[in-house]
Amino acid sequence: MNYSAAVQIADLHVTRGSRKVFDGLDLTVPRGALVGLLGPSGGGKTTLMRAIVGVQKVASGTVTVLDSPAGSPGLRYRVGYTTQSATVYDDLTVRQNLNYFRSILGAPRSDVDRVIEETDLGDHAGELVGALSGGQQSRASLAAALLGSPELLVLDEPTVGLDPVLRAELWTLFRRLQNGGTTLLVSSHVMDEATRCDRLLLMRMGEILADETPDGLLALTGTTTAEDAFLSLIASDNQRRNRQRRAEEEL
Amino acid sequence: MNLGRTFATTGRILTQIRHDPRTIGLLLVVPSLLIGLMSWLFADTPVFDAVGPAMLALFPFIVMFLITSISTLRERRSGTLERLLTLPISKLDFILGYAIAFGLLAILQASVAVGFSVWVCGLAIKGSIWLLFTVALADAVLGTTLGLLASAFARTEFQVVQFMPALVFPQVLLGGIFLPRANMPDVLYSISDWLPLSHAIDALNALSTGSEDDAYVGGKLLIIAAFAVGAVLLGALTLRRRTP
Repeated sequence: MNYSAAVQIADLHVTRGSRKVFDGLDLTVPRGALVGLLGPSGGGKTTLMRAIVGVQKVASGTVTVLDSPAGSPGLRYRVGYTTQSATVYDDLTVRQNLNYFRSILGAPRSDVDRVIEETDLGDHAGELVGALSGGQQSRASLAAALLGSPELLVLDEPTVGLDPVLRAELWTLFRRLQNGGTTLLVSSHVMDEATRCDRLLLMRMGEILADETPDGLLALTGTTTAEDAFLSLIASDNQRRNRQRRAEEEL
Repeated sequence: MNLGRTFATTGRILTQIRHDPRTIGLLLVVPSLLIGLMSWLFADTPVFDAVGPAMLALFPFIVMFLITSISTLRERRSGTLERLLTLPISKLDFILGYAIAFGLLAILQASVAVGFSVWVCGLAIKGSIWLLFTVALADAVLGTTLGLLASAFARTEFQVVQFMPALVFPQVLLGGIFLPRANMPDVLYSISDWLPLSHAIDALNALSTGSEDDAYVGGKLLIIAAFAVGAVLLGALTLRRRTP
Protein backbone atom coordinates (compact mmCIF):
# COMPACT_ATOMS: atom_id res chain seq x y z
CA MET A 1 0.00 0.00 0.00
CA ASN A 2 1.39 3.36 -1.00
CA TYR A 3 0.45 5.76 1.78
CA SER A 4 1.86 8.77 -0.02
CA ALA A 5 -0.72 8.46 -2.81
CA ALA A 6 -3.83 10.65 -2.75
CA VAL A 7 -5.34 8.68 -5.63
CA GLN A 8 -4.34 5.19 -6.65
CA ILE A 9 -6.04 3.60 -9.64
CA ALA A 10 -5.41 0.01 -10.67
CA ASP A 11 -6.71 -1.79 -13.75
CA LEU A 12 -9.72 0.47 -14.17
CA HIS A 13 -12.26 -0.45 -16.83
CA VAL A 14 -15.07 1.95 -17.68
CA THR A 15 -17.58 1.58 -20.48
CA ARG A 16 -19.95 4.35 -21.53
CA GLY A 17 -22.60 3.14 -23.91
CA SER A 18 -20.78 0.83 -26.34
CA ARG A 19 -17.49 2.71 -26.01
CA LYS A 20 -14.65 1.55 -23.78
CA VAL A 21 -13.36 4.72 -22.13
CA PHE A 22 -10.76 2.95 -19.98
CA ASP A 23 -9.42 -0.52 -20.70
CA GLY A 24 -7.12 -1.23 -17.78
CA LEU A 25 -5.99 2.20 -16.57
CA ASP A 26 -3.31 2.52 -13.86
CA LEU A 27 -2.56 5.87 -12.29
CA THR A 28 -1.17 7.48 -9.16
CA VAL A 29 -1.65 11.03 -7.90
CA PRO A 30 0.92 11.75 -5.18
CA ARG A 31 -0.31 13.35 -1.99
CA GLY A 32 0.27 17.05 -1.57
CA ALA A 33 1.02 17.70 -5.24
CA LEU A 34 -0.54 19.99 -7.82
CA VAL A 35 -1.15 17.62 -10.69
CA GLY A 36 -2.31 18.67 -14.15
CA LEU A 37 -4.47 16.33 -16.18
CA LEU A 38 -4.07 17.38 -19.77
CA GLY A 39 -5.11 16.12 -23.14
CA PRO A 40 -7.53 16.54 -25.99
CA SER A 41 -11.28 16.66 -25.36
CA GLY A 42 -12.99 13.30 -25.39
CA GLY A 43 -9.87 11.61 -24.05
CA GLY A 44 -11.41 10.51 -20.76
CA LYS A 45 -10.37 13.34 -18.42
CA THR A 46 -13.89 13.98 -17.13
CA THR A 47 -14.66 10.25 -16.79
CA LEU A 48 -11.46 9.81 -14.77
CA MET A 49 -12.44 12.65 -12.43
CA ARG A 50 -15.95 11.26 -12.05
CA ALA A 51 -14.45 7.89 -11.13
CA ILE A 52 -12.25 9.53 -8.50
CA VAL A 53 -15.14 11.36 -6.83
CA GLY A 54 -17.25 8.20 -7.02
CA VAL A 55 -20.09 9.20 -9.33
CA GLN A 56 -18.92 7.17 -12.34
CA LYS A 57 -20.17 3.63 -12.73
CA VAL A 58 -17.10 1.46 -13.30
CA ALA A 59 -16.99 -1.99 -14.86
CA SER A 60 -14.00 -3.24 -12.85
CA GLY A 61 -10.79 -2.17 -11.18
CA THR A 62 -10.02 -0.24 -8.01
CA VAL A 63 -9.97 3.48 -7.36
CA THR A 64 -8.50 4.31 -3.95
CA VAL A 65 -8.80 7.89 -2.75
CA LEU A 66 -7.08 9.03 0.47
CA ASP A 67 -6.77 5.36 1.44
CA SER A 68 -10.51 4.62 1.06
CA PRO A 69 -12.44 3.23 -1.91
CA ALA A 70 -13.68 6.09 -4.14
CA GLY A 71 -17.19 7.17 -3.25
CA SER A 72 -17.00 6.03 0.42
CA PRO A 73 -19.25 8.12 2.66
CA GLY A 74 -16.27 9.44 4.66
CA LEU A 75 -14.68 10.86 1.52
CA ARG A 76 -17.64 13.14 0.86
CA TYR A 77 -16.24 15.53 3.49
CA ARG A 78 -12.65 15.23 2.29
CA VAL A 79 -12.86 15.60 -1.50
CA GLY A 80 -13.94 18.79 -3.28
CA TYR A 81 -15.15 18.54 -6.88
CA THR A 82 -16.16 20.93 -9.61
CA THR A 83 -17.59 19.81 -12.93
CA GLN A 84 -16.73 21.52 -16.18
CA SER A 85 -19.90 23.59 -16.25
CA ALA A 86 -20.57 25.70 -13.19
CA THR A 87 -22.76 23.59 -10.90
CA VAL A 88 -24.28 26.19 -8.66
CA TYR A 89 -27.88 27.35 -8.62
CA ASP A 90 -28.58 30.13 -11.13
CA ASP A 91 -31.52 31.45 -9.15
CA LEU A 92 -29.63 31.92 -5.89
CA THR A 93 -27.03 34.53 -5.01
CA VAL A 94 -23.41 33.47 -4.63
CA ARG A 95 -23.69 33.71 -0.86
CA GLN A 96 -26.97 31.76 -0.73
CA ASN A 97 -25.37 29.00 -2.83
CA LEU A 98 -22.36 28.83 -0.56
CA ASN A 99 -24.49 28.87 2.59
CA TYR A 100 -26.46 25.90 1.28
CA PHE A 101 -23.41 23.82 0.38
CA ARG A 102 -21.79 24.82 3.67
CA SER A 103 -24.74 23.49 5.66
CA ILE A 104 -24.70 20.23 3.67
CA LEU A 105 -21.01 19.81 4.51
CA GLY A 106 -21.40 20.96 8.09
CA ALA A 107 -18.45 23.33 7.54
CA PRO A 108 -17.93 26.32 9.85
CA ARG A 109 -19.95 29.46 9.02
CA SER A 110 -16.78 31.50 8.56
CA ASP A 111 -15.90 29.28 5.58
CA VAL A 112 -18.33 31.16 3.35
CA ASP A 113 -16.47 34.45 3.70
CA ARG A 114 -13.12 32.71 3.35
CA VAL A 115 -13.96 31.05 0.01
CA ILE A 116 -15.61 34.21 -1.34
CA GLU A 117 -12.36 36.02 -0.66
CA GLU A 118 -10.20 33.23 -2.08
CA THR A 119 -12.11 33.27 -5.36
CA ASP A 120 -12.25 37.07 -5.43
CA LEU A 121 -16.06 37.18 -5.55
CA GLY A 122 -16.51 39.75 -2.78
CA ASP A 123 -18.10 42.30 -5.11
CA HIS A 124 -20.61 39.78 -6.43
CA ALA A 125 -21.54 37.81 -3.31
CA GLY A 126 -25.04 39.29 -3.22
CA GLU A 127 -25.80 38.84 -6.93
CA LEU A 128 -27.78 36.02 -8.50
CA VAL A 129 -25.42 33.50 -10.11
CA GLY A 130 -27.51 33.57 -13.29
CA ALA A 131 -26.67 37.27 -13.70
CA LEU A 132 -22.89 36.74 -13.46
CA SER A 133 -20.43 36.24 -16.30
CA GLY A 134 -19.30 32.74 -17.24
CA GLY A 135 -15.97 33.21 -15.49
CA GLN A 136 -17.63 34.47 -12.31
CA GLN A 137 -20.02 31.53 -12.36
CA SER A 138 -17.19 29.03 -12.60
CA ARG A 139 -15.43 30.79 -9.72
CA ALA A 140 -18.62 30.53 -7.66
CA SER A 141 -18.64 26.81 -8.43
CA LEU A 142 -14.99 26.57 -7.40
CA ALA A 143 -15.74 28.49 -4.19
CA ALA A 144 -18.31 25.83 -3.26
CA ALA A 145 -15.67 23.12 -3.73
CA LEU A 146 -13.31 24.92 -1.33
CA LEU A 147 -15.84 24.84 1.53
CA GLY A 148 -14.77 22.64 4.39
CA SER A 149 -11.11 22.76 3.24
CA PRO A 150 -11.05 19.34 1.52
CA GLU A 151 -7.79 17.38 1.44
CA LEU A 152 -8.19 16.58 -2.25
CA LEU A 153 -9.58 18.93 -4.89
CA VAL A 154 -10.68 17.48 -8.21
CA LEU A 155 -11.27 20.37 -10.60
CA ASP A 156 -12.52 19.76 -14.13
CA GLU A 157 -11.39 22.60 -16.43
CA PRO A 158 -11.65 25.33 -13.77
CA THR A 159 -9.92 27.91 -15.97
CA VAL A 160 -11.88 27.33 -19.17
CA GLY A 161 -13.24 30.55 -20.65
CA LEU A 162 -11.35 32.79 -18.23
CA ASP A 163 -9.18 35.70 -19.30
CA PRO A 164 -5.40 35.39 -18.79
CA VAL A 165 -5.40 37.56 -15.65
CA LEU A 166 -8.03 35.46 -13.89
CA ARG A 167 -6.36 32.25 -15.04
CA ALA A 168 -3.10 33.39 -13.50
CA GLU A 169 -4.90 34.33 -10.27
CA LEU A 170 -6.54 30.92 -10.05
CA TRP A 171 -3.24 29.12 -10.57
CA THR A 172 -1.77 31.27 -7.79
CA LEU A 173 -4.67 30.15 -5.59
CA PHE A 174 -4.10 26.49 -6.54
CA ARG A 175 -0.42 26.84 -5.63
CA ARG A 176 -1.32 28.46 -2.31
CA LEU A 177 -3.71 25.61 -1.51
CA GLN A 178 -1.00 23.09 -2.43
CA ASN A 179 1.43 24.87 -0.12
CA GLY A 180 -1.16 24.46 2.61
CA GLY A 181 -1.10 20.68 2.10
CA THR A 182 -4.02 20.17 -0.30
CA THR A 183 -3.66 17.73 -3.18
CA LEU A 184 -5.06 19.11 -6.43
CA LEU A 185 -5.92 17.33 -9.66
CA VAL A 186 -6.72 19.98 -12.25
CA SER A 187 -7.74 19.19 -15.81
CA SER A 188 -7.18 21.53 -18.69
CA HIS A 189 -6.78 21.44 -22.41
CA VAL A 190 -4.69 24.62 -22.39
CA MET A 191 -1.19 23.22 -22.70
CA ASP A 192 0.66 26.31 -21.45
CA GLU A 193 -0.94 25.78 -18.03
CA ALA A 194 1.10 22.59 -17.79
CA THR A 195 4.19 24.43 -16.62
CA ARG A 196 2.38 25.57 -13.47
CA CYS A 197 1.97 22.01 -12.18
CA ASP A 198 4.24 19.74 -10.13
CA ARG A 199 3.34 16.74 -12.24
CA LEU A 200 1.57 16.24 -15.52
CA LEU A 201 -0.63 13.44 -16.71
CA LEU A 202 -1.21 13.47 -20.44
CA MET A 203 -4.28 11.49 -21.28
CA ARG A 204 -5.45 10.56 -24.73
CA MET A 205 -8.04 8.02 -25.86
CA GLY A 206 -8.31 6.63 -22.34
CA GLU A 207 -4.59 6.02 -21.92
CA ILE A 208 -1.93 7.88 -19.98
CA LEU A 209 0.74 8.87 -22.51
CA ALA A 210 2.99 10.58 -19.99
CA ASP A 211 3.26 10.90 -16.22
CA GLU A 212 6.13 13.34 -15.72
CA THR A 213 7.28 16.58 -14.16
CA PRO A 214 7.09 19.53 -16.60
CA ASP A 215 10.90 19.53 -16.97
CA GLY A 216 11.00 15.77 -17.33
CA LEU A 217 8.46 15.98 -20.12
CA LEU A 218 10.56 18.51 -22.05
CA ALA A 219 13.68 16.38 -21.58
CA LEU A 220 11.83 13.22 -22.64
CA THR A 221 10.58 14.73 -25.85
CA GLY A 222 13.55 17.01 -26.59
CA THR A 223 11.29 20.03 -26.95
CA THR A 224 11.26 23.49 -25.39
CA THR A 225 7.56 24.20 -24.82
CA ALA A 226 4.79 22.14 -23.27
CA GLU A 227 2.73 22.49 -26.42
CA ASP A 228 5.50 21.00 -28.58
CA ALA A 229 6.09 18.25 -26.06
CA PHE A 230 2.45 17.20 -26.27
CA LEU A 231 2.39 17.35 -30.05
CA SER A 232 5.47 15.16 -30.15
CA LEU A 233 3.96 12.65 -27.70
CA ILE A 234 0.74 12.54 -29.66
CA ALA A 235 2.65 12.00 -32.92
CA SER A 236 4.57 9.07 -31.46
CA ASP A 237 1.34 7.70 -29.98
CA ASN A 238 -0.21 7.84 -33.44
CA GLN A 239 2.76 5.96 -34.88
CA ARG A 240 2.48 3.33 -32.17
CA ARG A 241 -1.25 2.90 -32.81
CA ASN A 242 -0.67 2.60 -36.56
CA ARG A 243 2.05 -0.03 -36.08
CA GLN A 244 -0.24 -1.91 -33.73
CA ARG A 245 -3.08 -1.80 -36.24
CA ARG A 246 -0.86 -3.00 -39.09
CA ALA A 247 0.45 -5.84 -36.91
CA GLU A 248 -3.11 -6.87 -36.11
CA GLU A 249 -4.08 -6.74 -39.77
CA GLU A 250 -1.16 -8.97 -40.74
CA LEU A 251 -2.20 -11.61 -38.23
CA MET B 1 -30.95 10.85 7.26
CA ASN B 2 -30.23 14.21 8.82
CA LEU B 3 -32.95 16.77 9.51
CA GLY B 4 -30.51 19.68 9.28
CA ARG B 5 -29.63 18.77 5.70
CA THR B 6 -33.25 18.08 4.81
CA PHE B 7 -34.35 21.51 6.04
CA ALA B 8 -31.32 23.20 4.47
CA THR B 9 -32.48 21.73 1.16
CA THR B 10 -36.07 22.83 1.77
CA GLY B 11 -34.88 26.35 2.57
CA ARG B 12 -32.69 26.46 -0.51
CA ILE B 13 -35.57 25.41 -2.79
CA LEU B 14 -37.94 27.95 -1.25
CA THR B 15 -35.33 30.69 -1.66
CA GLN B 16 -34.98 29.72 -5.33
CA ILE B 17 -38.73 29.98 -5.80
CA ARG B 18 -38.83 33.30 -3.96
CA HIS B 19 -36.60 34.67 -6.71
CA ASP B 20 -39.25 33.66 -9.23
CA PRO B 21 -42.44 35.51 -8.23
CA ARG B 22 -44.21 34.65 -11.47
CA THR B 23 -44.06 30.95 -10.64
CA ILE B 24 -45.52 31.63 -7.19
CA GLY B 25 -48.32 33.66 -8.79
CA LEU B 26 -49.14 30.96 -11.32
CA LEU B 27 -48.96 28.29 -8.67
CA LEU B 28 -51.47 30.04 -6.45
CA VAL B 29 -53.84 31.42 -9.06
CA VAL B 30 -54.06 28.86 -11.87
CA PRO B 31 -56.04 26.11 -10.06
CA SER B 32 -58.53 28.67 -8.78
CA LEU B 33 -58.94 30.22 -12.23
CA LEU B 34 -59.68 26.80 -13.72
CA ILE B 35 -62.16 25.97 -10.98
CA GLY B 36 -63.79 29.37 -11.51
CA LEU B 37 -64.03 28.63 -15.22
CA MET B 38 -65.75 25.31 -14.50
CA SER B 39 -68.27 26.95 -12.22
CA TRP B 40 -69.05 29.63 -14.81
CA LEU B 41 -69.28 27.08 -17.63
CA PHE B 42 -71.86 25.04 -15.73
CA ALA B 43 -73.52 28.06 -14.08
CA ASP B 44 -77.17 27.03 -14.44
CA THR B 45 -76.72 23.28 -14.12
CA PRO B 46 -76.05 20.92 -11.20
CA VAL B 47 -72.82 19.80 -12.89
CA PHE B 48 -70.44 22.03 -10.92
CA ASP B 49 -71.63 20.69 -7.59
CA ALA B 50 -71.09 17.19 -8.96
CA VAL B 51 -67.60 17.63 -10.46
CA GLY B 52 -66.34 20.66 -8.49
CA PRO B 53 -64.98 18.57 -5.59
CA ALA B 54 -63.06 16.40 -8.05
CA MET B 55 -61.52 19.53 -9.57
CA LEU B 56 -60.08 20.34 -6.15
CA ALA B 57 -58.26 17.04 -6.34
CA LEU B 58 -57.26 17.38 -9.94
CA PHE B 59 -55.78 20.81 -10.54
CA PRO B 60 -53.44 21.02 -7.52
CA PHE B 61 -52.36 17.44 -8.22
CA ILE B 62 -51.46 18.16 -11.84
CA VAL B 63 -49.79 21.52 -11.17
CA MET B 64 -47.63 20.16 -8.36
CA PHE B 65 -46.73 17.07 -10.40
CA LEU B 66 -45.48 19.24 -13.24
CA ILE B 67 -43.47 21.80 -11.31
CA THR B 68 -41.85 19.21 -9.06
CA SER B 69 -40.86 16.87 -11.85
CA ILE B 70 -39.44 19.69 -13.92
CA SER B 71 -37.51 21.34 -11.11
CA THR B 72 -35.88 18.09 -9.99
CA LEU B 73 -35.07 17.24 -13.60
CA ARG B 74 -33.48 20.66 -13.95
CA GLU B 75 -31.30 19.84 -10.96
CA ARG B 76 -30.27 16.58 -12.63
CA ARG B 77 -29.52 18.21 -15.97
CA SER B 78 -27.59 21.18 -14.59
CA GLY B 79 -25.18 18.94 -12.69
CA THR B 80 -26.06 20.32 -9.27
CA LEU B 81 -27.53 16.94 -8.32
CA GLU B 82 -24.26 15.25 -9.26
CA ARG B 83 -22.38 17.73 -7.11
CA LEU B 84 -24.78 17.17 -4.18
CA LEU B 85 -24.34 13.42 -4.45
CA THR B 86 -20.57 13.83 -3.99
CA LEU B 87 -21.36 15.63 -0.71
CA PRO B 88 -22.55 14.13 2.57
CA ILE B 89 -26.29 14.47 1.88
CA SER B 90 -28.39 11.30 1.89
CA LYS B 91 -30.72 10.58 -0.99
CA LEU B 92 -33.68 10.64 1.37
CA ASP B 93 -32.62 14.08 2.67
CA PHE B 94 -32.64 15.37 -0.87
CA ILE B 95 -36.05 13.91 -1.80
CA LEU B 96 -37.63 14.89 1.53
CA GLY B 97 -36.21 18.40 1.18
CA TYR B 98 -38.09 18.72 -2.08
CA ALA B 99 -41.26 17.07 -0.77
CA ILE B 100 -41.38 19.45 2.23
CA ALA B 101 -40.64 22.58 0.17
CA PHE B 102 -43.32 21.87 -2.39
CA GLY B 103 -45.60 20.51 0.33
CA LEU B 104 -45.47 23.95 2.01
CA LEU B 105 -46.33 25.59 -1.30
CA ALA B 106 -49.12 23.05 -1.67
CA ILE B 107 -50.61 24.24 1.63
CA LEU B 108 -50.87 27.76 0.23
CA GLN B 109 -52.20 26.54 -3.06
CA ALA B 110 -54.82 24.25 -1.51
CA SER B 111 -55.98 27.05 0.83
CA VAL B 112 -56.53 29.39 -2.08
CA ALA B 113 -58.26 26.75 -4.20
CA VAL B 114 -60.57 25.52 -1.42
CA GLY B 115 -61.42 29.04 -0.27
CA PHE B 116 -62.14 30.18 -3.81
CA SER B 117 -64.28 27.11 -4.62
CA VAL B 118 -66.37 27.34 -1.49
CA TRP B 119 -66.73 31.07 -0.92
CA VAL B 120 -66.53 32.49 -4.43
CA CYS B 121 -67.86 29.70 -6.64
CA GLY B 122 -70.35 28.52 -4.03
CA LEU B 123 -69.33 24.88 -4.06
CA ALA B 124 -71.77 23.08 -1.73
CA ILE B 125 -69.95 21.23 1.05
CA LYS B 126 -71.99 19.20 3.56
CA GLY B 127 -68.96 17.75 5.37
CA SER B 128 -66.11 19.44 7.22
CA ILE B 129 -64.32 22.15 5.28
CA TRP B 130 -61.13 21.32 7.23
CA LEU B 131 -61.23 17.77 5.97
CA LEU B 132 -61.86 19.10 2.47
CA PHE B 133 -58.74 21.24 2.81
CA THR B 134 -56.74 18.30 4.18
CA VAL B 135 -57.72 16.08 1.25
CA ALA B 136 -56.88 18.82 -1.28
CA LEU B 137 -53.52 19.29 0.45
CA ALA B 138 -52.83 15.55 0.52
CA ASP B 139 -53.50 15.54 -3.21
CA ALA B 140 -51.08 18.33 -3.92
CA VAL B 141 -48.44 16.53 -1.83
CA LEU B 142 -49.19 13.34 -3.74
CA GLY B 143 -48.63 15.24 -7.01
CA THR B 144 -45.30 16.47 -5.63
CA THR B 145 -44.09 13.03 -4.62
CA LEU B 146 -45.20 11.37 -7.88
CA GLY B 147 -43.47 14.18 -9.76
CA LEU B 148 -40.26 13.46 -7.82
CA LEU B 149 -40.54 9.80 -8.73
CA ALA B 150 -41.34 10.49 -12.40
CA SER B 151 -38.33 12.75 -12.81
CA ALA B 152 -36.11 9.85 -11.75
CA PHE B 153 -37.11 8.04 -14.94
CA ALA B 154 -36.77 10.99 -17.28
CA ARG B 155 -33.54 12.03 -18.93
CA THR B 156 -34.86 15.08 -20.80
CA GLU B 157 -37.48 17.78 -20.40
CA PHE B 158 -39.44 16.26 -23.29
CA GLN B 159 -39.65 12.93 -21.50
CA VAL B 160 -40.76 14.39 -18.22
CA VAL B 161 -43.58 16.32 -19.89
CA GLN B 162 -44.74 13.05 -21.51
CA PHE B 163 -45.06 11.51 -18.06
CA MET B 164 -47.97 13.86 -17.45
CA PRO B 165 -50.30 12.14 -19.94
CA ALA B 166 -48.78 8.74 -19.14
CA LEU B 167 -49.11 8.85 -15.35
CA VAL B 168 -51.76 11.47 -14.70
CA PHE B 169 -54.39 11.16 -17.44
CA PRO B 170 -55.28 7.51 -16.74
CA GLN B 171 -55.91 8.50 -13.13
CA VAL B 172 -58.13 11.34 -14.29
CA LEU B 173 -60.07 9.10 -16.71
CA LEU B 174 -60.56 6.32 -14.17
CA GLY B 175 -60.98 8.57 -11.15
CA GLY B 176 -64.74 8.84 -11.45
CA ILE B 177 -65.09 12.31 -12.94
CA PHE B 178 -66.32 11.24 -16.36
CA LEU B 179 -68.18 8.20 -15.16
CA PRO B 180 -68.91 7.28 -11.53
CA ARG B 181 -66.53 4.51 -10.55
CA ALA B 182 -69.43 2.22 -9.58
CA ASN B 183 -70.67 2.21 -13.19
CA MET B 184 -67.32 1.20 -14.71
CA PRO B 185 -66.55 -2.19 -16.26
CA ASP B 186 -65.30 -4.52 -13.51
CA VAL B 187 -61.71 -4.63 -14.73
CA LEU B 188 -61.45 -0.84 -14.94
CA TYR B 189 -63.08 -0.53 -11.52
CA SER B 190 -60.43 -2.83 -10.03
CA ILE B 191 -57.66 -0.86 -11.72
CA SER B 192 -59.07 2.44 -10.51
CA ASP B 193 -59.01 1.05 -6.97
CA TRP B 194 -55.21 0.99 -7.25
CA LEU B 195 -54.90 4.58 -8.43
CA PRO B 196 -54.45 7.15 -5.66
CA LEU B 197 -56.43 9.90 -7.37
CA SER B 198 -59.59 7.74 -7.33
CA HIS B 199 -59.49 7.69 -3.55
CA ALA B 200 -58.93 11.43 -3.39
CA ILE B 201 -61.94 12.06 -5.61
CA ASP B 202 -64.04 9.59 -3.58
CA ALA B 203 -63.12 11.46 -0.40
CA LEU B 204 -63.92 14.88 -1.84
CA ASN B 205 -67.25 13.67 -3.24
CA ALA B 206 -68.14 12.15 0.12
CA LEU B 207 -67.36 15.46 1.82
CA SER B 208 -69.43 17.51 -0.57
CA THR B 209 -72.51 15.26 -0.46
CA GLY B 210 -72.11 14.26 3.18
CA SER B 211 -72.79 10.65 2.10
CA GLU B 212 -70.08 9.10 4.27
CA ASP B 213 -68.73 9.73 7.76
CA ASP B 214 -65.36 11.25 8.64
CA ALA B 215 -63.82 7.82 9.29
CA TYR B 216 -64.38 6.97 5.61
CA VAL B 217 -62.58 10.17 4.57
CA GLY B 218 -59.81 9.41 7.08
CA GLY B 219 -59.35 5.98 5.51
CA LYS B 220 -59.07 7.54 2.06
CA LEU B 221 -56.54 10.06 3.41
CA LEU B 222 -54.43 7.19 4.73
CA ILE B 223 -54.43 5.57 1.30
CA ILE B 224 -53.28 8.82 -0.34
CA ALA B 225 -50.58 9.27 2.33
CA ALA B 226 -49.38 5.69 1.77
CA PHE B 227 -48.96 6.37 -1.95
CA ALA B 228 -47.08 9.62 -1.19
CA VAL B 229 -44.71 7.89 1.27
CA GLY B 230 -44.20 5.03 -1.19
CA ALA B 231 -43.31 7.48 -3.94
CA VAL B 232 -40.78 9.26 -1.70
CA LEU B 233 -39.09 5.99 -0.71
CA LEU B 234 -39.08 4.68 -4.26
CA GLY B 235 -37.76 8.03 -5.48
CA ALA B 236 -34.88 7.84 -2.97
CA LEU B 237 -34.17 4.24 -4.01
CA THR B 238 -34.06 5.05 -7.71
CA LEU B 239 -31.67 7.97 -7.18
CA ARG B 240 -28.18 6.71 -8.01
CA ARG B 241 -24.93 8.23 -6.84
CA ARG B 242 -23.06 6.45 -9.59
CA THR B 243 -24.27 6.92 -13.15
CA PRO B 244 -22.93 5.49 -16.43
